[in-house]
Amino acid sequence: MTDLSTTPSLDDGAETSTTPYLEVNTLTVRFPTHDGLVQAVTDLSYSVQRGQTLGIVGESGSGKSVSSMAILGLHDLRSTRLEGSIKVGGQEIIGAGQSIMRPIRGADVAMIFQDPLTALHPFFSIGAQIIEAYRIHHKVSKSTAKKKAIEMLDLVGIPQARSRVDDYPHQFSGGMRQRAMIAMALVNDPKLLIADEPTTALDVTVQAQILDLLQELQREFNSAIIMITHDLGVVAEMADEVLVMYGGRAVENGPTREILTHPEMPYTWGLLSSVPDVSADTDARLIPIPGNPPSLLNPPTGCAFHPRCTHVDKVPGELCANQLPELLPGSHGTGHTKRCHLSNPEEIYAMEILPAIAPDRLPGTGDPVEGVAGTTTEEGR
Amino acid sequence: MLGYIVRRLLAALLVVIITSMAVFALFYKAIPNPAGPVCAAQGRCTADRLALIEESMGLNEPITTQYGKFVKGVFVGRDVPFGSSTYECDAPCFGISYGTRQPVTDQLVKAYPATLTLALGGATIYLTFGVTLGVLAARARGTIWDRGLVGFSLVISSIPYYLFALLAWIFLTLRTNIFPDTEYQPITQGVLPWIGAMLLPWLVLGIAQSTQYARFSRGEMLETLGEDYIRSASAKGVPRNKVIFKHALRAAIVPVVTIFGLDFAALLAGTVFTEKIFGIDGVGLLALDSVIETPMDLPVINATVMLAAAMVVLANLVVDILYGYLDPRVRIG
Repeated sequence: MTDLSTTPSLDDGAETSTTPYLEVNTLTVRFPTHDGLVQAVTDLSYSVQRGQTLGIVGESGSGKSVSSMAILGLHDLRSTRLEGSIKVGGQEIIGAGQSIMRPIRGADVAMIFQDPLTALHPFFSIGAQIIEAYRIHHKVSKSTAKKKAIEMLDLVGIPQARSRVDDYPHQFSGGMRQRAMIAMALVNDPKLLIADEPTTALDVTVQAQILDLLQELQREFNSAIIMITHDLGVVAEMADEVLVMYGGRAVENGPTREILTHPEMPYTWGLLSSVPDVSADTDARLIPIPGNPPSLLNPPTGCAFHPRCTHVDKVPGELCANQLPELLPGSHGTGHTKRCHLSNPEEIYAMEILPAIAPDRLPGTGDPVEGVAGTTTEEGR
Repeated sequence: MLGYIVRRLLAALLVVIITSMAVFALFYKAIPNPAGPVCAAQGRCTADRLALIEESMGLNEPITTQYGKFVKGVFVGRDVPFGSSTYECDAPCFGISYGTRQPVTDQLVKAYPATLTLALGGATIYLTFGVTLGVLAARARGTIWDRGLVGFSLVISSIPYYLFALLAWIFLTLRTNIFPDTEYQPITQGVLPWIGAMLLPWLVLGIAQSTQYARFSRGEMLETLGEDYIRSASAKGVPRNKVIFKHALRAAIVPVVTIFGLDFAALLAGTVFTEKIFGIDGVGLLALDSVIETPMDLPVINATVMLAAAMVVLANLVVDILYGYLDPRVRIG
């Protein structure tokens, strides 16, 4: 269990308050099925302050989206077991009724989904969908709401917003749809924005524009952002803090720069090794993580990653297979925690991993963050 | 949009023409010796008499000539020779009934209001009733209500329709007299008698078909409720009922409309069982009588089949045009 709000962030600006807007504490999400209990998220804790961005990284099925859906109370309670605590602006969400949840959804907490084509209703115009989002939380006339919708579309960079407001989602390009989705999410000035793989369905140039847009809007509205992604490039670009998830649990977390330069958990190494880097030496290897994500129905014993981990033999005995490692601080202070039995992860990373994935970017030869993630970081803001 | 409709209308017309050729060829060519029963009905049938009748009916002419005469009759009318006499048949002429010696068109026109009334009432009931139940079942998915509804609808569906209608008539009209008589009354003789006489057939037709619509719209709703945009609506804070009745139903209704169009077309072409059991003199009964009566009433069969084909083509066209309004993605510019 960790609390990111107490960790020293590299760019903790004066404008951010010290109380986190979102506090997730020992959250467990399970789905009973005919085959057994699916343990989608186990004992997950994190927090985000306003103005800050938390990147949640992991493979498909690692519990990233499930945990963020819980923040909006979007799980069907008849088929979901929720335990732990989620506090949004001090309000407990777990077990809260519809009357408490409805004013939070879309107003205090808004969400951007991965595929804007399927996430927007195909039969309603873009404008109608934004207008609806606005009018649920503001008692205004349709024409006022429409003005607001046009204003929002303009803000997110839709050209000729006044005429395009009446277009349907299929008349927009992929990037424009995602902008419209963002406009819809931001129309009520949410204090927390959950972006669930917002750029995965977009091509790279559009991806960069959308990320820039999100950063601009974050500065303007001082929102907290949770950026769910499997793309470490996006994390390097956007996040102040990173939470790496595997098999429904947090396996490593800390400030972005820390995680990208001194990862201490073999799964994080695996993620870093699978990121292609356009500027890298052609000798640099892409090393996929062997095997498949674990079954959440019958999770592996001990460390969930041990069946795929190539460093198991560096741990004495059968520790990895038998005992779940605690999420504990490593050698880089309390802000950086990891769930791993390895006693000298930093050494292994420097000796074995880094030379293989970035032979030209060994410490001292360049900016390791850039070399590793393939994207420039803009952590100075 | 207008251009699209015109294009579609022309295509629909072509389909109707081709169907009419096929139907014509099928009935006049495939059925051996159509003049035989006519001849037999007039007493002793000698080979000479048969040849005479065949010639008078034009049956010994090539099929294309016969079809040409038929088409001419449809557009400008014609005189139809029949046995020893000739009948005048105004356009649109579909021939003279072998049985009644009346123009087929007159018979269709006379029978049509009953069929139309039955179709409109029945379809209104099964569409509203079925879709409402389907949406409510989807809303209550997995509960006892949902299961009860699906189970009940399966039971109704597994009873053969003619049995269902017959039982309804036996118990509700014959035995208990709850619905005293089920004959068709023209609406011109008062709205109440019109409704009263058709109520049971409407209910029987509506309820029997609604179970299928309930299951279908339930399925469509469940599928739609799993869509990303439904999750988006919930994430915006849209109340649950509005998510279901506005966002989900709006999308789920589109395939329902497609099925409805085709079903409704079938109703417009006549409902044989319903009309027979409840004694409604509609197109279905007309078609049935023309088949079972001797001699087989070819002109009437021909006309009712062509009517059915035309209705299905028309319904398809209407559904396609409606689609443009229902689904903006196929909206025609």
